[in-house]
Amino acid sequence: MADDLDLNLLTLSSARIAVQERQTTAVALIEKFYEKIDSEDRKPGQTNAYLNLTRERAIAQAQKLDRIADAGDPLPPLGGVPIAVKDVIVTSGVRTTAGSKILGDYIPPYDATAVSRLEKAGAIILGKLNCDEFAMGSSNENSAWGPVRNPRDPSRVPGGSSGGSAASVAAGTAVASLGSDTGGSIRQPAAFCGVVGLMPTYGRISRYGLIAFGSSLDHIGPLTKSVKDSAILLRHMAGHDAMDTTSSIAEVPDYEQEIGKPVRGLRIGVPKEYFPAALDSAVGAAVQSGIDLLAKAGCEVKSISLPHTKYAIPAYYIIATAEASSNLARYDGARYGYRSRNGKTLSDMYRLSREEAFGPEVKRRIMLGTYALSAGYYDAYYLKAQKVRALIARDFFEAFKEVDAIVTPTTPSPAFKIGEKSDDPLAMYLADIFTVTASLAGIPGISVPCGESANGLPIGMQVLGRHFEEGTILRLGHAFEHARATSLA
Amino acid sequence: MKITQKDVEYVAALANLQLSPAERERMEKDLNSILDYIDMLSEVDTSNVDPMAQVQSVSGNGSVTPPLRADELRPSLPREVALRNAPQSDGTFFRVPKVIER
Repeated sequence: MADDLDLNLLTLSSARIAVQERQTTAVALIEKFYEKIDSEDRKPGQTNAYLNLTRERAIAQAQKLDRIADAGDPLPPLGGVPIAVKDVIVTSGVRTTAGSKILGDYIPPYDATAVSRLEKAGAIILGKLNCDEFAMGSSNENSAWGPVRNPRDPSRVPGGSSGGSAASVAAGTAVASLGSDTGGSIRQPAAFCGVVGLMPTYGRISRYGLIAFGSSLDHIGPLTKSVKDSAILLRHMAGHDAMDTTSSIAEVPDYEQEIGKPVRGLRIGVPKEYFPAALDSAVGAAVQSGIDLLAKAGCEVKSISLPHTKYAIPAYYIIATAEASSNLARYDGARYGYRSRNGKTLSDMYRLSREEAFGPEVKRRIMLGTYALSAGYYDAYYLKAQKVRALIARDFFEAFKEVDAIVTPTTPSPAFKIGEKSDDPLAMYLADIFTVTASLAGIPGISVPCGESANGLPIGMQVLGRHFEEGTILRLGHAFEHARATSLA
Repeated sequence: MKITQKDVEYVAALANLQLSPAERERMEKDLNSILDYIDMLSEVDTSNVDPMAQVQSVSGNGSVTPPLRADELRPSLPREVALRNAPQSDGTFFRVPKVIER
């Protein structure tokens, strides 16, 4: 029964097969996951990936799937697969806090489309995952509910803002998870924890039910143990949704089939701007050996230039904070969320509720964004940043005339220590230096584990593709995974 | 320094943030350090560049925004559900401190 299954090795397909073939029941499988979460995640000093467990909902879904499997009928494509969801993605009737005290008691009245689509495909939601407050951060230290620890080294951060999403998959307390990516928040923690993280094209997955941070930059995406699992989850979440007018009507390919196609002949660009002298040497070496493996697999490797790369962080932190300052204006204590008891007038109620319940990084970003949008500074900051954004997108557009995909390091260094950058906001922002570019351009990117530092910390390789060509980057990631496994064997 | 204490107070008021004196001091320091870095944007010649407000403007046909739906009544969130998360309500409206003095 369930005792024979190694939870750390379960993938989407092996979990489904185990339930389908009755090696375990879905109920027994999730009970096993909850035991693992209780013993490895929830105690002081442990990973702290989970904020909230959704046992009732999970058991109801598992029982439904067990009845199907008991009858000998085929399970839906994700039938019995235990996954977990970042706490910025709303779940009906289940507390959703976005890592913030201001939503500490918030019970959403509806499900995000990504969640309802996965549940409809048979996935079981185990719980809600820790993250930086409103997805603002690169280390998960900005959560109101305590930091997440990196399962590979508990003294280090898991990355952010989807820190709980990456850590739960790395620790084997979820088979896969959902995260959100605004400037690197899926890819960077995936790299730090040694898992696969995909930010799809802007508009590929509906954001209905994603608590808004920067609306022209926000994406939902999967974190998984393998590229194949990433392809499968993308397929089941992607596609137009009437509840999100920014979701694309472009057709959704069968990504699982796409990854089986050969990579021979694909042209890969390696941008020199992503290999600066200051790059961590282990990261540089691991990514270079990854590129060599792709060349050996028949890809044509070209040196390219993306000249506006260094302006991406400044442009991003203007645009993202400007949008955030507007999106977070809704938290005023009037209709939902935290309300201060100390406000005697309406205006005091607004100001004190926000003062008492927002954390320091959220306040900093609201201030920066409000400043950038304020009279007299709008042209110099916000409009300027949008023009630079156009140039960054143009860099990619030009490059993709010459190459089919671009390969870079995901992060400039492996996971840093908890506390190392938490007092220096600018140093923290620079952790996103290789990921914000794709966010600004709206192109898809995937981080795939490609090596380890001398002290055993994971390193991620980022593959970027053209708009709506997730199939190409998934195919390259899959081929790379295979080539690396073969080379290590 | 670009940002002074006066600027911090002004922007905090625009953003409806109270900020304690200690927070205001820290904010001045942090915002100045971030804006010093951001100032590198002024090196870029953008005289002939249109601002990019949305990805759809560059991502091509794949993301053409679908036409508007027909303007027909559809069910929306029932009142009692909408009020369920309210810090204070009277069952019909959200309750907030008095706005107008009589």
